[in-house]
Amino acid sequence: MSAPRTLLDKIWDNHVVYTPPGELPLLYIDRHLVHDVTSPQAFEGLRLAGRKVRRPEATFATPDHNVPTTDRRLPIADPVSKQQIDTLRANCREFGIRLYDLGDADQGIVHVIGPELGITQPGMTIVCGDSHTATHGALGALAFGIGTSEVEHVLATQTLRQAKPKSLEVRVDGRLAPGVTAKDLVLYLIGRLSTEGGTGYVIEYTGPCIRGLGMEQRMTVCNMSIEAGARAGMIAPDAITFDYMRGREFAPKDFDKAVTAWEKLPTDAGAVYDRVEVFQGGDVVPQVTWGTNPAQVTGVDAVVPDPDAFGDPNDRSSAARALDYMGLARGTKIVDIPLDRVFIGSCTNSRIEDLRAAADVVKGYRVAANVHAMVVPGSGRVKRQAEEEGLDRVFREAGFEWREAGCSMCLGMNPDTLSPGQRCASTSNRNFEGRQGKGGRTHLVSPAMAAAAAVTGHFVDIRGWEYK
Amino acid sequence: MQPFTTHTGIVGSLDRANVDTDQIIPKQFLKRIERTGFGQFLFCDWRFQADGSPNPEFELNRPEAKGATILLARRNFGCGSSREHAPWALADYGFRVVIAPTFADIFFNNCLQNGMLPIRLSEDDVAELFRRAAAAAAAGSQYRLHVDLKACTVADDAGFSRSFTVDPFRRQCLLEGLDDIGLSLRHADRIAAWEAAHGLPAVAG
Ligand code: SF4
Repeated sequence: MSAPRTLLDKIWDNHVVYTPPGELPLLYIDRHLVHDVTSPQAFEGLRLAGRKVRRPEATFATPDHNVPTTDRRLPIADPVSKQQIDTLRANCREFGIRLYDLGDADQGIVHVIGPELGITQPGMTIVCGDSHTATHGALGALAFGIGTSEVEHVLATQTLRQAKPKSLEVRVDGRLAPGVTAKDLVLYLIGRLSTEGGTGYVIEYTGPCIRGLGMEQRMTVCNMSIEAGARAGMIAPDAITFDYMRGREFAPKDFDKAVTAWEKLPTDAGAVYDRVEVFQGGDVVPQVTWGTNPAQVTGVDAVVPDPDAFGDPNDRSSAARALDYMGLARGTKIVDIPLDRVFIGSCTNSRIEDLRAAADVVKGYRVAANVHAMVVPGSGRVKRQAEEEGLDRVFREAGFEWREAGCSMCLGMNPDTLSPGQRCASTSNRNFEGRQGKGGRTHLVSPAMAAAAAVTGHFVDIRGWEYK
Repeated sequence: MQPFTTHTGIVGSLDRANVDTDQIIPKQFLKRIERTGFGQFLFCDWRFQADGSPNPEFELNRPEAKGATILLARRNFGCGSSREHAPWALADYGFRVVIAPTFADIFFNNCLQNGMLPIRLSEDDVAELFRRAAAAAAAGSQYRLHVDLKACTVADDAGFSRSFTVDPFRRQCLLEGLDDIGLSLRHADRIAAWEAAHGLPAVAG
């Protein structure tokens, strides 16, 4: 009998090609996802060195960061954005890479379309020049973000030079209370782990609370692992995973055989993690960030904290700076914070279940007069599905804008941005200064919380919402 | 890649924790398709006022930071987005070294890919460097450090000297300015063998 191993150990061992003496291991990469912003320099590097893409068929591309979310038939207004998207097209053509282009029915945010098309599979190594690649770990893959030089390395060699990360088990016992979602859970976890608590680690989320989450909710949790500093987050595959995978376009042809292999992936009894943290699902209430990093978060029933109450001097000065930027006074009730904008979207919360949850809240209500609200589905597929279910009508009738798929105001590289001083309830993943637009103020929340905030014009505790 | 062996330079103090890559290089400048030209946008939202003039309050705009090539910051430097534009912007501005108690993983790797040396020192040592830099500034001078990657030491002219660690492979790549991809392609036969063993069709040519 070999020693018990973790999910990470197993995927790692399966993919180490070779460790040259005195060098870092070469890790084989099964799937490489490519988007518009972090790839042009990598392709240019290949060209300059006269190199090819080793496995074009393992590489999938889509433009998402820079794309407009308004009418797709119109040309892209910003010439620099257009150039970047044209460059991606030309590179994919030259190197023979499958591109889900603007106008393609399956275009969307790279971390939404990967799982949706079955490109992401349990046990795989998956990389992308994007820090939210951790999303794909929800299916039991080892998935992490890399820089552009590493993108070039993977394109050329289908491997990555990587030291093995340490393992961190984040076990969540119990279950979430009604109205509390995966987004609240992950924000709560980041608040406790801190923005760098996971640095150097791969997080494996375990425990009954995690097992009780559906596939899309698991993606929401893994997606934000990077906000706790962990390059990857993963959840062992189970029946929920296999059900999700079945019938997807790129799912293995011999599905039962694949499932037999996937069933061997979960961490063995007795395997040892480098570190373990345990939390209680029942402790989590709906979360709202008040600061300028995702760990600056509290419950909707709480108040904006007093920076002087933080013990650590770094935390104290960060909190003071954050309140200044956010234009918030200590002691303000979270539910008294008024809003100008609401954004429902991003690779964290733009899947069909997210949109259903938001639409349920909105149904029969109207967006508050002083609020501008929009919904940006994560992919063309999500959008079509939502329209089949009539969710677009619910949103439109309530006064939301209903847009085309893309990253949109998650990072505001396209025209969807906050103006200076505007305050936004956002289902995205980063509340950094200027992230959604220079001077913009971002509060991260769940889709249901964002929807309720759009209706009332300020935050409300979704647990008391009157559904119509 | 530009090799890194030793470097002596002026220290620029950025007394902040959790500096994220969205601050280092804001998203509106990520549309370029080159690796160069990002230095002018480094810390753009902090560095410039609304009218485009330099913000005199910003740490790196102060006289003592003029010509700085060594950036000193608090913990978790480079967190957030994986954008390699962050080290590109720092390098293009003139930085060769970043010193902090801790770094975000992706940023740390990205530096090493670009001939830039990220150095982890203890929180106390970093605090001491901030004190020394502030004392020099108060005396109207600039604070200098000497970094030696061969010896893995960082030292000033007034008795501060510490050693640091870097992964031996990454250190060798930096010292010799080695091309990672070229090194890995030497093992193309092993990659092909792995692929064959895992039922993948052979790569043409
Ligand atoms: S939605 Fe936001 S976080 Fe996700 S990939 Fe796009 S820009 Fe990055």
